Amino acid sequence: MFQFTARRVIWVIPTMLAVATIVFLVMRVAAGDPAIAILGEYASAESLAMLRAKMGLDQPLWSQYISYMRDLLHGHLGCSLINNKPVASYIASLLPYTAELAAAGMAIGVIIGVPLGVLTALRPRSLVDYLGRIFALAGLSMPAFYLGILLLLVFALRLHWFPVIGVSRSSSLLDGLRALFLPALSLGLIKAAFVSRMTRSTMLEILGEDFVRTARAKGLREGLVIYRHAFRNALIPVVTVIGIYMGALLGGAVLTETVFNRPGIGKLLVGALRERDYPVIQSTLMMFASFVVIVNLAVDLLYGLIDPRIRYE
Amino acid sequence: MPKNAAKTQNRYRQALRSLRKDKLSTVGILLVLIISLMAVLAPVVAPYEPSAQSLSTRLSPPSSGHLLGTDEFGRDVLSRIVFGSRVSLIVGILSVVLAMIIGVPVGILCAYFGNRFDLAVMRIVDILMSFPTLVFGLMLVAALSPSLMNVVIAIAISLVPRFVRVARGPAISIMRKEYIESSKAIGASTGRIVFLHILPNIAGPIAIMATLWVATSIRIEAGLSFLGLGVQPPTPSWGNMLKAGMNRILMAPWMAIYPGIAIVISVLAFNLIGDGIRDFLDPKKQI
Repeated sequence: MFQFTARRVIWVIPTMLAVATIVFLVMRVAAGDPAIAILGEYASAESLAMLRAKMGLDQPLWSQYISYMRDLLHGHLGCSLINNKPVASYIASLLPYTAELAAAGMAIGVIIGVPLGVLTALRPRSLVDYLGRIFALAGLSMPAFYLGILLLLVFALRLHWFPVIGVSRSSSLLDGLRALFLPALSLGLIKAAFVSRMTRSTMLEILGEDFVRTARAKGLREGLVIYRHAFRNALIPVVTVIGIYMGALLGGAVLTETVFNRPGIGKLLVGALRERDYPVIQSTLMMFASFVVIVNLAVDLLYGLIDPRIRYE
Repeated sequence: MPKNAAKTQNRYRQALRSLRKDKLSTVGILLVLIISLMAVLAPVVAPYEPSAQSLSTRLSPPSSGHLLGTDEFGRDVLSRIVFGSRVSLIVGILSVVLAMIIGVPVGILCAYFGNRFDLAVMRIVDILMSFPTLVFGLMLVAALSPSLMNVVIAIAISLVPRFVRVARGPAISIMRKEYIESSKAIGASTGRIVFLHILPNIAGPIAIMATLWVATSIRIEAGLSFLGLGVQPPTPSWGNMLKAGMNRILMAPWMAIYPGIAIVISVLAFNLIGDGIRDFLDPKKQI
């Protein structure tokens, strides 16, 4: 177990270095000249050259790469080109909002999705199953940001049950939760559809296995059979799916934050992309990737806990 | 997993037959046909020019003259949705086909050569998949500058590692089969083994994922355009219509609601077809 954990954790380092390299290459090679992007096409040659020198863009690519990586490893994320604020402070102040949204969205997804999946698997071809499948299909086909727009229109703009802006200025917990509810619900309902589908199909498969029949045959109570034998085994693929969808959920958060005008890493990225604020773009992209890498790590380590048969090879 | 070529072919025929019986996937196929017809015949189907502005009918709600209302320039929302289907279908299908052309051969070669080649490629795939698809797409589109073709390229690139995975898994299990060993023994070329033995046997799972990813890619295009980093106005796309609608959500909610419904229906259609194919190739896993 120790070796498995250690190897899996160490693998994170080269992955992150490679991610940083990809971000560097895409932004520096493909994206064109940031100096022109900042000063505009009509800037004089001297001012462009000065800005390039200031940003280190007159150096050869490999030396830019080395200094970029050196800064990154020292935790220097640079300053925003637009207002000169350190990128690290931006991210530190916005990260909690995105984390809160993603966590709340995933929580709603799991709380609705897992029980719904189990329920529909226990009563296949019943009314519950039928409704559950319609819910799942609708959720699979509805982009979270569109659901967000509809929820915003109905519950915030028309009924006034929830605030229009998905974040609260006051420090009261209740206000904060009210503001978080609609954005989190729009992400969570969509995830619930994915999670319920996955839970249902795994549960169905496992309920047909021999060991479940054996458990029933030896007279175990149905509740115990379902919980201890079927559900625990069904959890493994479900945990995987939750891990995989964490990435998609974050991608969705970019859009949801825009719909609800909620501060966060996603909105920061979109704004930076529009303004070609390279240091901010690079750092937020790194944040997204490292989040996914860490979630994948957590999923892999969780496997070992849920099912001791699985080990990293 | 498919057993061998003859059986697989038989199963495809069976699958096609039962695909016709399955109501949900029939609905999916019909919807895709309707959307495709709409895209091809857009100038005939659309009641107005998608870019025809009319100041007197700005922001008018749905009526008999404009079934789905008009936008802030007085352009007919229905006509713009009809023309927008072109963008969605082009992006959805073209990006998946591109990703498939690159990803599937790489996945098969991983299975074929194994060892270091496989290991190296899979590491790269893992790293590329560290980015959420939408975020990866955003990064590429921003680097390439937003346009229809660049959206296609960006989504295609972000789907390539996924196709590598989908092709590699089943291809590995086929490579272990005895008939591959025997064709290698009688001196069959790499190309022959890949095209005659591996490709037909992994076509099933690839077809499922390709269909489902057309749905995903339509959704991503809508997301990119909604953020203003995808297909640019005045070209109507469902995503940039939603963006414009979002700005006037209180005054003219129809500007956002209907393009959104168009996205949901087309994504649903491809999902239904993908599910249908999956059910027939793997009847045990019916969802």
